[in-house]
Amino acid sequence: MVFDSATLQRHGVTPDEYARIVELVGREPNLLELGLFSVMWSEHCSYKSSRVHLKTLPTEGARVVQGPGENAGAVDIGDGLAAVFKIESHNHPSFIEPYQGAATGVGGIIRDIFTMGARPIALLDSLRFGPVEDPANRRVVRGVVAGIGGYGNSMGIPTIGGEVMFDETYSGNPLVNVFCLGIARHDALVKGQASGVGNPVYYVGAKTGRDGIHGATMASAEFDETSADKRPAVQVGDPFMEKLLLEACLEVMQTDACVGVQDMGAAGLTCATSETGSRGEVGVEIDVMHVPQREAGMTPYEIMLSESQERMLLIVHKGREAEVERIFEKWDLHAVRIGEVTADKMLRIRDHGTLVAEVPNRALTDEGPVYRRPFAPPADMAARQRMPSVDATQLPVTLDALLRLLASPGIASKRWIYRQFDHMVRTNTIVLTGLGAGVVRVKGTNRALAMSLDGNGRFCQLDPRQGARLAVAESARNVACAGAEPIGATNCLNFGNPERPEIMWQFAEAVAGIGEACVALGTPITGGNVSLYNETAGAPILPTPVIGVVGVLEDASHVRSRVFQDAGLDIVLLGENHGELGGSAYLTTFLGTISGVPPALNLAAEGALQRFLVAEAGLGAITSAHDCSDGGFVVALAECCFDSGGIGADVDVPAASGDGEVGMAAATLFGESATRVILGVKPEASTALLERARSAGVAAQRVGATGGTQIRVAIDGVVAIECPVSEAEDRWTNGFSQWLESPPQRRG
Amino acid sequence: MRARVFVTLKPSVFDPQGRTIVEALHSLGHTEVGDVRQGKYFELDLNVESAAAAEALATEVSQQVLANPVIESFRLEVDSESKAGRS
Amino acid sequence: MNFAVVVFPGSNCDHDAYHAVKHVFGQSAEFVWHKETSLGDADVVILPGGFSHGDYLRTGAIARFSPIMASVRAFAEAGKPVIGICNGFQILMECGLLPGAMLRNRDVQFHCEHVGVRIEQADTPFTGKASVGQMLRIPIAHGEGNYFAPPEVIAELEAHRRVIFRYASADGEVTDAANPNGSVHNIAGICNEGRNVVGLMPHPERAVELVTGSADGRVVFESVIQHGV
Repeated sequence: MVFDSATLQRHGVTPDEYARIVELVGREPNLLELGLFSVMWSEHCSYKSSRVHLKTLPTEGARVVQGPGENAGAVDIGDGLAAVFKIESHNHPSFIEPYQGAATGVGGIIRDIFTMGARPIALLDSLRFGPVEDPANRRVVRGVVAGIGGYGNSMGIPTIGGEVMFDETYSGNPLVNVFCLGIARHDALVKGQASGVGNPVYYVGAKTGRDGIHGATMASAEFDETSADKRPAVQVGDPFMEKLLLEACLEVMQTDACVGVQDMGAAGLTCATSETGSRGEVGVEIDVMHVPQREAGMTPYEIMLSESQERMLLIVHKGREAEVERIFEKWDLHAVRIGEVTADKMLRIRDHGTLVAEVPNRALTDEGPVYRRPFAPPADMAARQRMPSVDATQLPVTLDALLRLLASPGIASKRWIYRQFDHMVRTNTIVLTGLGAGVVRVKGTNRALAMSLDGNGRFCQLDPRQGARLAVAESARNVACAGAEPIGATNCLNFGNPERPEIMWQFAEAVAGIGEACVALGTPITGGNVSLYNETAGAPILPTPVIGVVGVLEDASHVRSRVFQDAGLDIVLLGENHGELGGSAYLTTFLGTISGVPPALNLAAEGALQRFLVAEAGLGAITSAHDCSDGGFVVALAECCFDSGGIGADVDVPAASGDGEVGMAAATLFGESATRVILGVKPEASTALLERARSAGVAAQRVGATGGTQIRVAIDGVVAIECPVSEAEDRWTNGFSQWLESPPQRRG
Repeated sequence: MRARVFVTLKPSVFDPQGRTIVEALHSLGHTEVGDVRQGKYFELDLNVESAAAAEALATEVSQQVLANPVIESFRLEVDSESKAGRS
Repeated sequence: MNFAVVVFPGSNCDHDAYHAVKHVFGQSAEFVWHKETSLGDADVVILPGGFSHGDYLRTGAIARFSPIMASVRAFAEAGKPVIGICNGFQILMECGLLPGAMLRNRDVQFHCEHVGVRIEQADTPFTGKASVGQMLRIPIAHGEGNYFAPPEVIAELEAHRRVIFRYASADGEVTDAANPNGSVHNIAGICNEGRNVVGLMPHPERAVELVTGSADGRVVFESVIQHGV
């Protein structure tokens, strides 16, 4: 072997993997070639630990236009249009440099969407942080939020929603998952593939620097004390360059002068050249001397492995080069021809004409290692699922308990965050951020698209399969609450070190749960992203699969938010309360524990409820809809009153049919049973609505009415909680910013 | 020739960034930091022969582009050393 | 009427202005690329919001050197209506068509939200259909909208009734709590001496259809359309 073990280790290549490289190349690779394999076979690019499980996900459906394998998935939304969407993580870079890590995460997913020929019209973010009492976490929160805004706002793409949760395990491992959705005509979708021997290969965008070299391998390694030394590996985003690239590329794509387009993300030029060649079953040959370089003296190794941002690779029809170059010049961009398509399926790299690397494309992209890593449930699973033994005094059902929950970081209004995001640009946002699912109208049609990101690490910690099923159900339910039919999904799977059997078990279980729920709810997975090794010093994050569901609303004027629209409406509760406190926000807030069994989920009932919500969209009886999730029924009810101008609610609900006497009131009010939605219904229409619900097989009951200035909740006729809307709303509105601005506490 | 241009907000203009930084420093215990004013720093490589020409050119571009006279003032240093030393 | 929407590299509210004028108000509208030198047969010029040239030096600082700006200046000097929204306002200040400059918002955060804006004067092409004291609820979306001008300039603006829009509470009070960014005298928008050039930070073009949360910005467009008839 020509490399010592330290060199292999630095490249993250195992001896077995090295042997396979030698076999595939037919000889010992040189250092550049080793570098190519190192990035392409990294966990981040190759999915070598996750692939066998991901293959089980449902990816097909009548509306699927593009499934996994391209830069993003696409589903049909009618009128010949497709919604193109995907979610991606930028977790590790956001820990090292929060602003730039988050900003470049936004930039990366936007490129994935416009690379497909779609104009991006909406962004969502799913974020996880450690508690902000620790100033280090506070720095991450502020930096990530500013970075998302800094990039998305400049691009003129609205950030219309998302979710944020906090847990100690995210302290050294924040999660930044960014979702982007764009619109394209089916016949104008562009693939990331090369074809046509002799067609020129173009490079356009920012110059290549030494930043981000081995970013892909960094994202696949656990953090340790030396991580700080990797700081130079962080890339700096340039949203202005990306805005020019976006406009120029969409203009070029309208000409059909392009054969294929691929952005340079993880693994940079290496990934873009080998993947386009591999997908098109052709070869690609480039000379790195043509690659625009920001720094003098860069080696072919550095050029090929750089992860400088805002760069695109285009394969252009021979003879139409001038047309393409002219469009880029208009936008002050200089498209540079760096090579051409060849017949022999090889990636061939030259430096001033001299051959410096030559490997089969497929060896890099498709013939990497696939691991069936051993998995086994954690030894303490039974203990986790055991409810702590408590007496009733530890489970308060007082007004103070409600106010504490409303002000808690996971539940309180995230206005401090979304106010920093331009969520209205392009004037399509028809449910303002914070008032429900993200909903954008599609100009030129009557339709709107609703989208939601959801994940619950607490539930997944207690039962990853069930937690993942619940996440899919919640995300689709949020979309259905807006009135939209869920039609497709994407996922971002954030876990710890897959080399440990209990982490691999969490992963396998979660993927299985996602698959079950997506099949049942008719939302095929069209793409996604896996982020492993999210742990510090052996302590993993809560298993955090994040699901993004997209739905289509046939008539945008039928859209619903969570907010009660008027006094004097009937309040109808869909679904049943089983009094389930396991894994709830309530238990975490009052007992400081994540324990118990997560709520049950009947997928047939869930599907029926969602279909009912969609079918009702045009009928006009329902004026608002809000699902019960974190904090349970009372928190959801309070949220229906918020932003309404102070409309109160007076309800009387039956005690939950749960287990035991202790905590029954708490479980009734704050339990997180799934498949429940609170509706504001026109009183003259509510009898007929309840009848339609019954025939649709959806449990429904009128529990009260809107009006007054109080939130009043009774259980079986006995008032349990009563509170002015204004007081509750004040706590909920200011809870998050007060927490963020509270005096920091250093931990010893 | 090289010129270095320092652009700062005029003393009468409120500097929200400087204030935010000083508050952060105070919260970290650096209460002895009295005030912070944030500014911008530019390095210009100038293809001119004399220091006088460099100063004239740098002054012109500072007035025209780099500083906004409504809120900012600038100060410049001209350096006859070559472009060496850039890392 | 013919509206010209000038597009700079980095503009991102150009489509919103175009959509409002063309599809909501049924007027004719053209995008004009910043490298052009002619505004064609435009009756009204809109400099839209965004981050021209990335706003990397200062907001609007580079855009003022674009070839189209000579024509915009001539158009303005001929007394024809020009409106700069958000980044467009910043460009108008950088090129000297309007006085003042923008600082970072006083809390150093980007703010995107609906705010209360009071109409201060109704004798500009863009406020002719409004009444003085009328309250609008329209969005802002900026990180640098903290209006500053030296005291003597502010005094002149006030003396000549050139403050056109002011941040105010829902009941029309000009208070510090209603000021989202720290602007001097709660100034949200001003005009030039000739009153035909108006700049404002809030986005009226985002508030022309109720479905997007407010239609209070319609009065700005209805005014200039009526002005031109």
